[in-house]
Amino acid sequence: MSVARRFVGFNLFTACVLGVGGWYAGWFSAHAVVGPSLHFFTQVDFNELSLVLGYIGGVLGFLIGLGFFNYPFARLRGYPPSLREKETGGIGRYFSLCTDHKVVGIQYLVGIGLFFFIGGLNAMLIRTELLRPDHQVWPAGTYLTVVGIHGTMMMGMMTSGILGPFANYLIPILIGARRMAFPRIEALTFWLLMAAGVILETTIFFGGFPTGWTGYQPLGTQANPGIDCYYLFFALVGVSMTLLGLNMLATIVTMRAPGLTWTRLPIFVWGVLSTAVLMVLAAPVLIATLSMALMDRVVQTNFFVAAQGGSAYLYENLFWVFGHPEVYILALPGFAIVLEILPVFARKPLWGYRLAVGGMLGVSLLSWFVWQHHLFMSGINADLRPFYMLSTELISIPTGLTFLCGMMTLWRGQIRYSVPMLFCLAWFFNFLIGGLSGVFLSDTPSDTTTHGSFFSMAHFHYTIMGGLVFTFFAGIYYWVPKMTGFELNERLGKIHFWTMFVFFNLTFFPLFIAGFKGQPRRVVTYPHGLQFLNDWVSVSAFLLGGSLLLFLYNFVKSLVFDRIPAPADPWGSKSIEWQLPSPVPVQNFDRIPVFSSDPYGYGEVGPTAVPAGAPAGMS
Amino acid sequence: MATPASKPSAERADHGKRVLIVGAALSVVSTVLVAVLGGRFLPPGNGSVQATGQVLDNTVMLAIVTPVIAGLTVFFVYVLSQFRHRGGALVDGPPLRDDSRVRVWWLVVTSTTVLFLAGFGTYELLQNGSGGGQGPNPIAVPAGPKLPVQVIAQQWQFTYRYPTYGGLETPQLVLPANTYVELHVTSLDAIHSFWAVELGVKADANPGVDNIAFVKTNGPSTFHVRCAELCGLWHGYMFNNGRVVPEAQFTAWVKSQQRDFAPLLKYLPKYSTSYFPDPQRRAG
Amino acid sequence: MRATGFKVLGVAIGLAAAGLLIGLYVSKLTTDNGSAAYTVPVQTQGGHKVVDLSIETVAAVGPQFSPAHPDYVSYLVRDTQGKWLRRTVWRLPANATVHVTIYNFDSASGLRNPLYARPQGVDGNSFMLDGKRTVVIDPNDTSHTFAVPAYGLVIPLSGIPDSAKHPCGYAPCALSLDHRTITFTFHTGKAGHYRWQCFVPCAAGWIDGFGGPMQTIGYMDGFLDVI
Repeated sequence: MSVARRFVGFNLFTACVLGVGGWYAGWFSAHAVVGPSLHFFTQVDFNELSLVLGYIGGVLGFLIGLGFFNYPFARLRGYPPSLREKETGGIGRYFSLCTDHKVVGIQYLVGIGLFFFIGGLNAMLIRTELLRPDHQVWPAGTYLTVVGIHGTMMMGMMTSGILGPFANYLIPILIGARRMAFPRIEALTFWLLMAAGVILETTIFFGGFPTGWTGYQPLGTQANPGIDCYYLFFALVGVSMTLLGLNMLATIVTMRAPGLTWTRLPIFVWGVLSTAVLMVLAAPVLIATLSMALMDRVVQTNFFVAAQGGSAYLYENLFWVFGHPEVYILALPGFAIVLEILPVFARKPLWGYRLAVGGMLGVSLLSWFVWQHHLFMSGINADLRPFYMLSTELISIPTGLTFLCGMMTLWRGQIRYSVPMLFCLAWFFNFLIGGLSGVFLSDTPSDTTTHGSFFSMAHFHYTIMGGLVFTFFAGIYYWVPKMTGFELNERLGKIHFWTMFVFFNLTFFPLFIAGFKGQPRRVVTYPHGLQFLNDWVSVSAFLLGGSLLLFLYNFVKSLVFDRIPAPADPWGSKSIEWQLPSPVPVQNFDRIPVFSSDPYGYGEVGPTAVPAGAPAGMS
Repeated sequence: MATPASKPSAERADHGKRVLIVGAALSVVSTVLVAVLGGRFLPPGNGSVQATGQVLDNTVMLAIVTPVIAGLTVFFVYVLSQFRHRGGALVDGPPLRDDSRVRVWWLVVTSTTVLFLAGFGTYELLQNGSGGGQGPNPIAVPAGPKLPVQVIAQQWQFTYRYPTYGGLETPQLVLPANTYVELHVTSLDAIHSFWAVELGVKADANPGVDNIAFVKTNGPSTFHVRCAELCGLWHGYMFNNGRVVPEAQFTAWVKSQQRDFAPLLKYLPKYSTSYFPDPQRRAG
Repeated sequence: MRATGFKVLGVAIGLAAAGLLIGLYVSKLTTDNGSAAYTVPVQTQGGHKVVDLSIETVAAVGPQFSPAHPDYVSYLVRDTQGKWLRRTVWRLPANATVHVTIYNFDSASGLRNPLYARPQGVDGNSFMLDGKRTVVIDPNDTSHTFAVPAYGLVIPLSGIPDSAKHPCGYAPCALSLDHRTITFTFHTGKAGHYRWQCFVPCAAGWIDGFGGPMQTIGYMDGFLDVI
């Protein structure tokens, strides 16, 4: 096939071209609705409808170009249902709509990784600004946009950070299926996320947005048109989350292989299940809230404008009803990965399986009852505060069960310090500090000092970055040999781990102190007495960024240049994905396996825990 | 090398005992240190009765959190050094899947701790409001006379009104010492948050809402006021210093402010718990 | 080997593209939008530093000064050649006396908080409005304010009447057009970076009037860089 022919067809290139066309179509159609006499970018009464419709048109064009509408149109014209054949080769699969869940998993890994690094770049820019309190590196308004992009990009992308790459790749394999329940929707969730990420970055062309990732009103209603990019990003992320969760639920509930009862499921699957429930229920609230905020701007409704009868509280409450389950969507997959990896490297069964499951489901359930702890100081009804203090404190009980199960799994084990294990062990340290600082924040009298300060920022960075991102890397080092068939350099991996762990703690621990000393969040300046602390944090943050670049170097070097083939089971795990060849073949299994136990049969004599009905490639 | 499963039972029990004893010892030592020294380092300070209460609250919580950290540190240091795989062929550990004693004790200890923390926090909260904003209908209302001071947050400065002094409005916050102050925090535009750091007061300023917080000032001091909720461009610069001064000085200050702002008094709106300026103001 | 050579080339191109994109991004963020500093010339009178600062506020800054936002209200500062610059970061000497003249070409939209209708933090707690000493103005008559919260400095700027016959269109505005003249004096203290802002919600078209130019350095917000 000539080079030019490769670009013809429904793929990313076509999608980008049609996306740009869709942008202009939307833009001009808005002018037809509102009025033809508006210039671009130069009017005070900026035609935001054109911006919004432009982006919506762009996303639609993008999806058409990828081929997402082919199947619905074919069915409308009467063709019988058929699953698109999985292309058996070629790198082109990764740049188009592919219904192979393994391809989608790898697409997610690279796509989310890309946006993670963009978010991280913004973090470096933030810390550059905070090196000196009375010198502006960026204009003060631009700084708020950088803060906003960092937070929003990270929250939007890392919500699917583990479910996207690892759950998409592994869930069908772990439950003995050949595919996800809805393969096309699975691909859609990925491409929506990519389109959303691009939309968020273009906010800098429209004046940015000053609200941070929480988008509080009425500040949002006052903002430049760039905030429409934020609303659209998050709404698309919300749609992607809902569909991803739905897909996971449908797959896990209905497509388990024979013999795989609920008590034999790998704990990772349980973690994905409890996260998926939250995604399906919480993300629609976000979509509705942001639509209301968008309407306040574009069509002058007054949901959140107090002077016209609206309420700023309405926004706060709606946002945090989504926002609190959202942070458990971030945390739960981390629990799942740690509990999945620990038995392999301690060579012991997962201790307290039912406790661990109960813990994760308990966190999932309780996460709906705590959101007002973000509003303790907002002037909510004072009777509510003791109740939410109690519910927030209670949520540490199921979280503690995860700790217990992990700790007892290590107890008297045969611990090997491979790179994935190191990241999982670091999770204990980081999440402990994050969780205990959460105890301070959930206590209303203490929250008087810590709310909205750098203490709260250190808390969530410890739980989200120290929890989720560390386990994200654990998952990468653990599963990339299976996904690609090549191993990652272990020495570089260990250097990456130690530098990341040390610099992460050096960066974020002093922020607790900064918060205690009175530095609020999202500020561009601070009292001179805090300069040493901030400089320490900034330098450590740059070094942390350096350690992540080291990871990138390892990733590229090992997978593009060295390409040392990895054995099918480098870790000695009894889980089913390791009984298959690396990389996993297109159809996953020659024959659907029949399960007779959970994958944690270490040290147990008697029938092996390997599922019967030998799947392809089992040695 | 013998696997752990084949060690005699006496050695097996030792591991648990060792961890518990060392963990308990370290916990006791560190907790005592924290409880004794914590008050000096923990925020927010002692500018007010509420702040002192918060310091106590923080000390209690740190004292409870310390044994958790100490115990887990001992556990992990022990486990990660004692139970290493010491090279050679891959060997499995003992197939321990559950232990009802551990399960029950863990749940009992964590639940008790959590419930105690929630209860203690509620007690501290209801004692005197802990300086937090309680909305327009506060429940932890201290008895006795209170000086009402309204904090008006706008983009991007806090201004203060003294309704009992003729509705005087000034950009400086001066409070009399040893007095109960009833702060009414409201906003004219976006959401701000009034944070008087050393007084241990934080109350969000929501447009159209009267957020009430109580604080009893202690002796004369200065404190920082910062905005703790992102409110736009100058959020980071929305700060000033407040002062707590002796009564006589306060009265003198109020009089001087009333003199200075006399020509303005007729233009100030009537004192109200919230203000709704016209949001549709346009330039000329 | 050829395969390795292609890979190295691919990685190099990828790194170059990434570097270019990052460079473009960072430079877009730091684009000057009026936030470059203007150093006000200093005179010394009897061992004491004195500065004369001339400022005008306009209803629409015009495409010459702001191709992206010609309808934004804005402050402009006059340099020694008499040319108006759209810069709102002004470099002043420390411990100096600053005589300020402001020409306001904009009409009134009224203060949100009437507190700012009274001059504070300036000599005599008053200013000269069209030659008349003034200690307070009607808050509804305010067009803009010049306020430096760290200095406790507030100066309300009265607006031109609605019935004015010759209002200024786009900046720069000639003094022959309708305007109000406000003069006052304040003193700088030690070195530092002090922000100033307008307190009148004068951004037309944004809800609460506080969007757009009100939240952008280079229009209605800036810094006093005291060195």
